[in-house]
Formats: sequence, structure tokens, C-alpha cells
Amino acid sequence: MTSLPLYSTELKKDFPVLQQTMNGKPLIYLDNAATTQKPQAVIDAMTSFYQDSYATVHRGVYRLGHESTAIYDAVRKQVSRFINADSEKEIVYVKGTTEAINLVANSFAGEFLQAGDEILVSEIEHHANFVPWQQVAKRNGLVFRTIPVNDVGELDMTAYESMLSPKTKLVAIGHVSNALGTIHPVKEVVKKAHSVGAKVLIDGAQSVAHMKVDVQDLDCDFYAFSGHKLLGPTGIGVLYAKKELLEAMPPYMLGGDMIETVGLTETTFAPIPEKFEAGTPAFVEVIGLSAAISYIEKIGLEAIEAIEANLLAIATEKLSKIDGLKIIGTAKNKAAVISFVLDNIHPHDIGTILDEYGIAIRAGHHCAQPAMTRYCVPATARASFSFYNTESDIDKLVSGIHAVVEMFA
Amino acid sequence: MNLKRLYQETILSHNKSPKNFRVLDDCTHEAHGKNPLCGDDFFVYVKVEGNKIADIGFQGQGCAISKASASLMTHYIKGKSLDVVEKMKNCFIESITQEDCSDECKETLGPLFLFEGVRDYPVRVKCAALIWRALESALSTESINKEVSTE
Ligand SMILES: Cc1ncc(COP(=O)(O)O)c(C=O)c1O
Repeated sequence: MTSLPLYSTELKKDFPVLQQTMNGKPLIYLDNAATTQKPQAVIDAMTSFYQDSYATVHRGVYRLGHESTAIYDAVRKQVSRFINADSEKEIVYVKGTTEAINLVANSFAGEFLQAGDEILVSEIEHHANFVPWQQVAKRNGLVFRTIPVNDVGELDMTAYESMLSPKTKLVAIGHVSNALGTIHPVKEVVKKAHSVGAKVLIDGAQSVAHMKVDVQDLDCDFYAFSGHKLLGPTGIGVLYAKKELLEAMPPYMLGGDMIETVGLTETTFAPIPEKFEAGTPAFVEVIGLSAAISYIEKIGLEAIEAIEANLLAIATEKLSKIDGLKIIGTAKNKAAVISFVLDNIHPHDIGTILDEYGIAIRAGHHCAQPAMTRYCVPATARASFSFYNTESDIDKLVSGIHAVVEMFA
Repeated sequence: MNLKRLYQETILSHNKSPKNFRVLDDCTHEAHGKNPLCGDDFFVYVKVEGNKIADIGFQGQGCAISKASASLMTHYIKGKSLDVVEKMKNCFIESITQEDCSDECKETLGPLFLFEGVRDYPVRVKCAALIWRALESALSTESINKEVSTE
């Protein structure tokens, strides 16, 4: 086992929410795949900006406005370094992963794909990376196809290869599955797609907070993620896209901030990335995102990967020992997400009872109904970890599950 | 702990061995009820004779609350007149959503009042209500296979 940073059990202290009790018990937060808690550094950065520096970006002629604009643009550089983009012009601020994918579905697929062209997505995608493609296909006569996954939750690469053809124009795939935790071999997916001339969008909602992402190394065409799953605030996310694609794509939303000149009958648009950022942006959230990335970089993604791999190994081992518990999704390459079911006990009941013990897990279809259908379960219970979780959290989860089983015995 | 009020013995035992857990081949009404978010999914089959629920059954899968609610509902409304069932339905919804359910309602509900503990768990209210909504939909028309969702 990789040796862990000595301070890994201390990290929880940086998160004010995790200091409280729930139903008289310390809060054990295991729903990190849905959204992560915020470190004090993020809360402070946003609060102090509201208190000391607040003014809009790109407009004010006064000093406060200049400062906001400078910070806003500097963060773009920081984000671009964080995922190793070639240029900060390739970083579009959006509301979150959902908006990023919708933007590409509309301004890329909706604009450039022709009737009969094919879009491939995996059959276990989050609805955010499923429905936009399914619907744009419906509108424009495109063919929407799903790439199968095997019984343990891994992408069927043989099937994928056989589906690829010159008709394939776009492949959309999660980097990490939120429902099962599978880490998909995205670099290989991109390479194969490019060999037939297809573009690739990677849904990075579940990856950026947990592993080092290098968009140039992956060579993906689009990469989307949300700030709130990355210790940052809600309402801010990022679409990375290769420069030439952003330049070719028409704007997704129209209005202020994204124009160059506006006449009575004609408007010219701002250069990228502003062309895609209509309206007053969520710039305080951008500042929160910046603080979140700085915090993560301070701990280091390598350390985070080691801590979470350790948590995953321990939790998998301990949960597997519980009679009647079945883990759904046991891919070889997995992030610290464990979806499970218990014999004769519905996930919703598991969730309610664990909550009484102060343990927050998710129960439901995890916005991935096609994935539930694939594994023939109506829903699963899901524990998803972050580096601030500890082995003691796992032990409490395990005894909580024993209490559930006992209650239904 | 409120948990004991939610998961009472009666609820747990009806979840384990539900009553009327069967398809009625000769039903006059049926409906499908779903809670997509949590995956509760039931069919209810009703045989109405004259003004009475002559027989009733249900099938499907869901959490303990939704399943026990279905089992207890079918058990207690069988043989009752449609008017009484309508009243029971309204009282049931009142008991799981409102703080002070009237004495009259408590009386109408009898043992079905035991679901009132659900009130403390807002996300579970729809689980308890699902089968009643499905029943409502089944009885509202002769047409077969109406989909209902409580979300
Ligand atoms: C894999 C995946 N994709 C997309 C999303 C959507 O992210 P958001 O709701 O932040 O737009 C989520 C989060 O729910 C997710 O887990």
C-alpha cells in the first residue's frame, strides 16, 4: 500500500460543515460524488471578496471593477494550468458540467453534425451526459448509440471499436462513472475516436477532484467539470475545448459580455472564450473555484489519489464481508465510489436509517437510470469518499449497515 | 430515536410478508405507480363490484415504507365502499403530511394511522403515499395502465 501523508486524518478539520453533529452523532459525510464540502479557505475567499472587493467584471471604469476583472482573468490561467490546457482561451466558464455539455450538444453537435451522423455514449452515463445527446439526435436526425459495459462496470472496448466508423462524429464519455466509480480508459477512447475522425467530450465531473487531469495528454476535444464537486462553490464550472473548435462554434447564449459590436441588424461576437460567456458571470464563484484549486494543489493530487485509493481498498474489503451485501461495479480501475445493494432491503431504507446514525450516503438511481437498468436494480445505495474521510468513517458506515440489517432481520 | 416510529414492527412485518401481493386476473381497474427518484414501482389491481372494493391486489417493488403501505392499504380497504375508501385516502394523506390530524381522521384510519411517523421524513412521504395515488388513478377511470408518479 502507498504510504499516506501523515496529516491525512487532520484534513477534516479544514471543513467547517464536518465539525457538526447530526442527530447527536458526528456527521459522516459520504456523498462526495454528489457534491463536496467546502474548506474554510474557499468560504473565506468568497466572503472577503464580497466584503472588500466586490464590483462587476469587464464593465466598471473604476478601480474595484478593474481588480475584479484582473482576478477573473487570472483564475482562467490558473484553471488552464490545473488541467494543463494549451491556453486560457480554451477555458470557458459555465454554470457546471450540465451547462458545459449542453453547450457542446447545441453549438457543436446541433450545428455541425448531419442527419445520419452518429453520437456514441456509454450506457452508464450520468443523465447530463446522456439526455442532451439523445435529444439533439432526435431533433436533427442523428443516430444516438450506447456503448455497452461489462458486468463489473468496465467499458466494452471491443464493442466500442466495432461501433466506430467514419459516420461516428462524437463520442461522449465520463472520465469516472458517478454511479459505479469505474475509471474509463479515456485516453484510449480518444485515440480510437480520432482514428475515425470523431471528436470526444469527456465528462470530468467525478475526476478533477480526485486525480491529475491533463487535457493535452488525453488529447480530448472537450472536457467538462463542476466547481462544486471540486470543493468549490455551486454555480461555476468549466468547459475546456480545443481552440479551433471554440472558434468555429457559434455562441450558445446571446447577450451582454459576449459581443464585440452591436448594430441594429448585425452583431459581431467577442473572441473566445468570452463569446460563450453571455451575461454577468458568476465571478465570486470563480474566486471560490480558484481558492478550491489552490487548496487541492496544496495537498497535491498525488497525495489525494493515495488517500482515496486506500479508503477504497479498506471500504471494499470491509463492506464485502457483510452478509447479503453486493457491490455493484467492481472494475479493476476504480475511484472511491461504492454502489451497493443489500438483500431484501431497499436502498432508500438504508439511506434513511444510516442518516439516523449521522451517516450521509446517497440512495437512488444517481441520475443514471440506464445504468440501473443495465444492472437490473431499481436503485443502489452509494458511499462516495473524499480525501477528508477517514478509516473511522468507514467503520461507522459498516456498523450502521449492520444496524440496518438487524432491523430488517 | 424517531426511527422506531417510522419502522414499526407492523411496517417491517408487512414489508417482509405483504398481504394481497398478487395480480387480480379479473380486476376492473388497474394502475401503475412509480417514484422514479427512489425506484418504488407498483401495480395495483382492483375489482369493483357495485359500490364496493370486492378484491384488490398489488405487485412490484419498492422500499419498506411503500411496500408496507401497499400491503396495509389493500388489507384494510378490501370490502369497503368507494365513499369510505375515498375518505380513508384523504385522511391517510393528511396523517402523513400534517402535524395535527383530526380525531375523526384518526378514527377513519384506524390501524393505518401508524404511518404518521413518516411526517418527520419529508422525502419518504411520497413512498407512503404512492400506492394510494395509484389507487386513486385506478379508480378515476376504467382505462387500464394509467401511469402515476408522486414526483
Ligand atoms: C458524472 C457526472 N456528470 C455530470 C454531472 C452534473 O453535474 P452538475 O449537476 O454540476 O452540472 C454529475 C453530477 O451530478 C456527474 O456526477
